Amino acid sequence: MAAEGKTIDALSQFELHHAFGPIGAAVNFTQSNAHMLAAAVVIIGIMAWGIAPRAVVPGRLQSMAEMFYEFLENLVTGQVGHEGKRYFPFVFTLFMFVLFGNVIGLLPYAFTYTSHIAVTFTLAAIVFVVTTVVALVLHGKKFFGYFFPEGAPLWLAPIIVPVEVVSYLSRPISLSVRLFANMVAGHVLLKVFATFVVLLGGLGAVGPLVAVLPLGVNVLLIGFELLVAFLQAYVFAILASIYLHDAVHLH
Amino acid sequence: MSEQNDFERRLRQARQKQGLEKAPNTAASGGLPGGPWRIGLRAGVEVVSALIAGAGLGWLLDWWLGSFPWLFLVFFVVGGAAGVLNVYRLFNPRSGAR
Repeated sequence: MAAEGKTIDALSQFELHHAFGPIGAAVNFTQSNAHMLAAAVVIIGIMAWGIAPRAVVPGRLQSMAEMFYEFLENLVTGQVGHEGKRYFPFVFTLFMFVLFGNVIGLLPYAFTYTSHIAVTFTLAAIVFVVTTVVALVLHGKKFFGYFFPEGAPLWLAPIIVPVEVVSYLSRPISLSVRLFANMVAGHVLLKVFATFVVLLGGLGAVGPLVAVLPLGVNVLLIGFELLVAFLQAYVFAILASIYLHDAVHLH
Repeated sequence: MSEQNDFERRLRQARQKQGLEKAPNTAASGGLPGGPWRIGLRAGVEVVSALIAGAGLGWLLDWWLGSFPWLFLVFFVVGGAAGVLNVYRLFNPRSGAR
């Protein structure tokens, strides 16, 4: 597929197709949605099965569930403080959804739903709306003081306020673009080197020997992509917590 | 003796961790993962997204008020300033806790 006609086609992997045959086509259910559903099922499965035994000495699955829980709990309380515990389910859900989207997308034939800006921007927009609503509910009108730092001379307001507002509005964009760009770049790189393997492999006698090089690069890249998959989910969660911190403490 | 003290210490730590007692100092400065490339990329994303937000807001206001290039141009500059502000915040978070 990638090496058809001896060209490098790195972007067709991001195209959407209908899943589940005619039923999926009728309701516009794509393979992206199918992978979201799969990620949700895997996450719920890990948490439900992991927690079911309630053992004092946890088994493998329970250890994994507890590790995820404690990691996120430390992250949220570390960033937002102890008032932040009530936002833990929100950040936990975000983190798990992004992490499993990234990791499941690395499996062969799988689709990475976090490689679409529509998905990541929707997630970032949810974070934006939630943090703004939290700030408005907790602080009321004082929230608008966020856009004008105390002690600044009043005549600077026409400059400072638009800059602060634009800076605030740029949050969901930077949040979504970072995740999306990382995922797209990683998968394009993987595809390009995989195509090199096929193209070089067909070059007569020496071909297969040279093709080992891009194959080795791809092995390393998969490892790197696993790191990026985790890191981007972590960055998404930690930025959501930082924004929640700003919303709760407002300064 | 020492076992008793050790238990007290661990109990205090656990209570502080759960927010039942005030910790002596509020350290917990959780930054972003480091590395020069990562910081550079992050700063670049911040600038570009602020530019997009500024230009988009200006374009929307223009579309609403029918004054095409002017607000777009003004907010493009404002977006650039917001980008610089974002990068500044990246290294110097807002004062106060944390």
